[in-house]
Amino acid sequence: MKANRKKRKDRLPGLAVLPLAAFTVFFVAIPLLYIAALSFLKRDVLWGVTNEFTLENYTRMLDPLYLGTFADSLELAFLTTAVTAAAGYPFGYFMARLPKKKKSLMLLLVTVPFWTNALVRIYGWIILLRSGGPINGFLVGIGLIDAPIRFLYTYGAVLLGMVYSLLPFMILPVYSSAEKLDWSLVEAARDLGASKAKAFWTVAFPLTMPGVLSGVVLVFIPSVGLFFLSDLLGGGKIMLVGNLIKNQLLVARDWPFGAALSLVLMGMTALMIALYRKAAKARDLEGWF
Amino acid sequence: MKTAKRAERLRTAYLALLLLFLYLPMAVVILYSFNASKTDARWAGFTLDWYRKLLHNRALMEALVNSLVLAGFSCLSAAVVGTLGAVGLARRDFKAKGLLESLSTLPIMIPEIILGMAFLAFFSFLSIPFGMPTLVLAHTTFCIPYIFLVVKGRLAGLDPSIGEAARDLGASEARMFLDVTLPLIAPAVLSGTLLAFAMSLDDVVISFFVTGPATNTLPVKIYSQIKTGVSPEINALCTLMLLATFLIICALGAVSKASEKRHDD
Amino acid sequence: MDDIILELDGLQKTFGAVEALKGISLSIRRGEFITFLGPSGCGKTTMLRCIAGLEEPESGRVLISGEDMTGWEPNKRPVNTVFQNYALFPHRNVFDNVAYSLKLRKVEKEEIRRRVAGMLELVQLPGFEKRMPNQLSGGQRQRVAIARALINNPAVLLLDEPLGALDLQLRRQMQAELKRLQKQLGITFLYITHDQEEAVNMSDRIVVMREGAIEQAGTPSEIYDRPKTSFVAGFVGTANLIDGVIEKASAGTALVRIGQTKAEIAGSPLFAEGDKVRFLVRSENLLLFTEPRAGCLPALVAEYGYAGGMLRIVLETGNGARLIASRQGVGAEFAVGQTVWAGWPPKSAVPVDLPEIGEEKAL
Repeated sequence: MKANRKKRKDRLPGLAVLPLAAFTVFFVAIPLLYIAALSFLKRDVLWGVTNEFTLENYTRMLDPLYLGTFADSLELAFLTTAVTAAAGYPFGYFMARLPKKKKSLMLLLVTVPFWTNALVRIYGWIILLRSGGPINGFLVGIGLIDAPIRFLYTYGAVLLGMVYSLLPFMILPVYSSAEKLDWSLVEAARDLGASKAKAFWTVAFPLTMPGVLSGVVLVFIPSVGLFFLSDLLGGGKIMLVGNLIKNQLLVARDWPFGAALSLVLMGMTALMIALYRKAAKARDLEGWF
Repeated sequence: MKTAKRAERLRTAYLALLLLFLYLPMAVVILYSFNASKTDARWAGFTLDWYRKLLHNRALMEALVNSLVLAGFSCLSAAVVGTLGAVGLARRDFKAKGLLESLSTLPIMIPEIILGMAFLAFFSFLSIPFGMPTLVLAHTTFCIPYIFLVVKGRLAGLDPSIGEAARDLGASEARMFLDVTLPLIAPAVLSGTLLAFAMSLDDVVISFFVTGPATNTLPVKIYSQIKTGVSPEINALCTLMLLATFLIICALGAVSKASEKRHDD
Repeated sequence: MDDIILELDGLQKTFGAVEALKGISLSIRRGEFITFLGPSGCGKTTMLRCIAGLEEPESGRVLISGEDMTGWEPNKRPVNTVFQNYALFPHRNVFDNVAYSLKLRKVEKEEIRRRVAGMLELVQLPGFEKRMPNQLSGGQRQRVAIARALINNPAVLLLDEPLGALDLQLRRQMQAELKRLQKQLGITFLYITHDQEEAVNMSDRIVVMREGAIEQAGTPSEIYDRPKTSFVAGFVGTANLIDGVIEKASAGTALVRIGQTKAEIAGSPLFAEGDKVRFLVRSENLLLFTEPRAGCLPALVAEYGYAGGMLRIVLETGNGARLIASRQGVGAEFAVGQTVWAGWPPKSAVPVDLPEIGEEKAL
């Protein structure tokens, strides 16, 4: 009787991890490995793949056409990140300094868009921007313009949509690091003779940098893949890496090439995260929700 | 003094402007869902017609039901897997722990399109028919990290000696989980699950790839409809989705308030 | 054997590169109040966790009432723990906290109610059943934690720095109360602290730990008056450690030379002429004279003032060493800068750090 009471090692925690481990292996690791393998295979004539090894899927990306797409994507991602940082940083920063009640209201107001369906919100912009929409109606109404301006299906509209969709991802991390900031440090700088601006740039800004970095990662990564934004607001004229992958999968049916593109995109993402970890000695990306 | 006041006013104006930027599109969607005019931007009177029409649109209603079933299934199974995983990992140390942790949160770290592509390729390789089963598998996969991370965060803030006290007083490992750990992480499990539910309802990209010809989720349906143009029925549908999201957020607020009240030490 | 309730036999544990326990062996008698005293990181908490079963030693055994409990799960061991930060279940009221172990053992409802009420009476919290932990003060939480751990009549109650979070006044009060509880219930208490005053006030026996090993075990007066090592001497009470060379060794007292001075200290069979020796003189045993005197060290008064209700005089001897003398109330008046002569009764000058021979059996 003692023998069976004695054996200690509790197996429960191990068992509890099992479903997560199984799920992760089967539906994260294996699918990703599968597309990694796929990216080195040759495409079959009609569709599907052959068992032949090739690097062609990668060399093909050097085609100026695809390089251009990558460049455009990155440019848009950089622009999006820059604009959201410029517009969102002060918001997160000021928010942290509001009195408690107002602060939690603001936090709620910023979180709501984060929770709401991206399509619904983009749809709102389509209504607003279309030629018969309220913005054009207003501009014509006050006589500023004679004929409706074409806002929709432009590069600007895509950028607007990106910034709009991803802005909360910048505001929230900035807010949470500004919230943690010890304001007496800023006061100490002021006390020691720094001007308001000087105190901000020498004390507050460096200390909220981790938030900015998280924000940059959280904005930059998804902005490369949001193909539906350029579909809806750019009218499909603006080709991003996301659109390219989607087309390879669903239109051209060239899965190996799509897989190779995905892998490169993932490499870029990993690089971003690695850079971020290095820069911020990352606490965690999860801090913001 | 004067400049301070002006700075204050500028700041308020800036905050208000940005909020306007965030909310204007949503307000427009809601407003137009009650607009009697079908195409015109001008206000042509209040109507509930679009909601009535929406209720009779079988395709949209079917997509709505699909989405709710999908989100419900996915977030619940993810809640079980994610919670157990976070609890188990917090109590065990093994070599692959770090790897497992990063791999299991990978789905929300990488661009969605990669996961969508991987699922599309993998499921067709296994020749699993595309439809509800593939959707549930895919959604569960990206729902797990939300719950895992939220629960992990809560566990990290939990004093381990509370669980040890239960063990010390005679509770088995399972008993301790039920009596102590679970009640204490319940708010985190709930908010993680709500978050996952919202993310599942929100998802276009991954669903777009793994959905079958016979099954449409609401976002995918809306996506294809918006592509062809604006329709007031979609306005009404979007308004309802905003309302649903709002309700989820309220529920979440109530959960966190209740749990704050209970352990404010 | 019949009297030994807990036996530790060569407990060893490492965390990474840190050796937390380096083979701890000790026997603890039934009904004893034993305190493990040591600086943080000395391994005392690890040792307690090994006894509770919350940690497993790499080697060595834990015997409770003569039964080998090594490898048993914590819920199967007849010991209970009062945790450092109380570890009350925040989501359960006082009654449910205290009743927890009884409920697990499926004790009858009426009896649970009776025993919980009795236990709350004992820790002076009658009628607190319905309160939630966050509605209690620190001292009250502490009492609930004690009640919860005692209700199942453990063979040994393990207390891990239970008073650490309380303020000084409350700590003194709780010390007295714990001592009363222990006497009243006759349960063995194994107490862990880094507070030497607490250890001296409460314990039947003190075990001083250092870097994962037992430095000395003994009654409070043995530890205080006859410490074996300079570490123990310095950790408990205010110690003056003085180095000298044996001039003449004899059974009762020995003559040592400290610089120019020759003085007497307590003797030891281990002494041989010419040996270097270090000995302890407690601050209250240091005698001060204003006139030169044989066997006394000349020194300058460096500081003079009150500390903790005691008069404290800091002296500097010729070779730069500092001595501290303390006096109850107002004693002789000294001025800073004045030369005094410091001496001691030979019996109160105890040699420390002697090489061990035939190691005394620690019971």
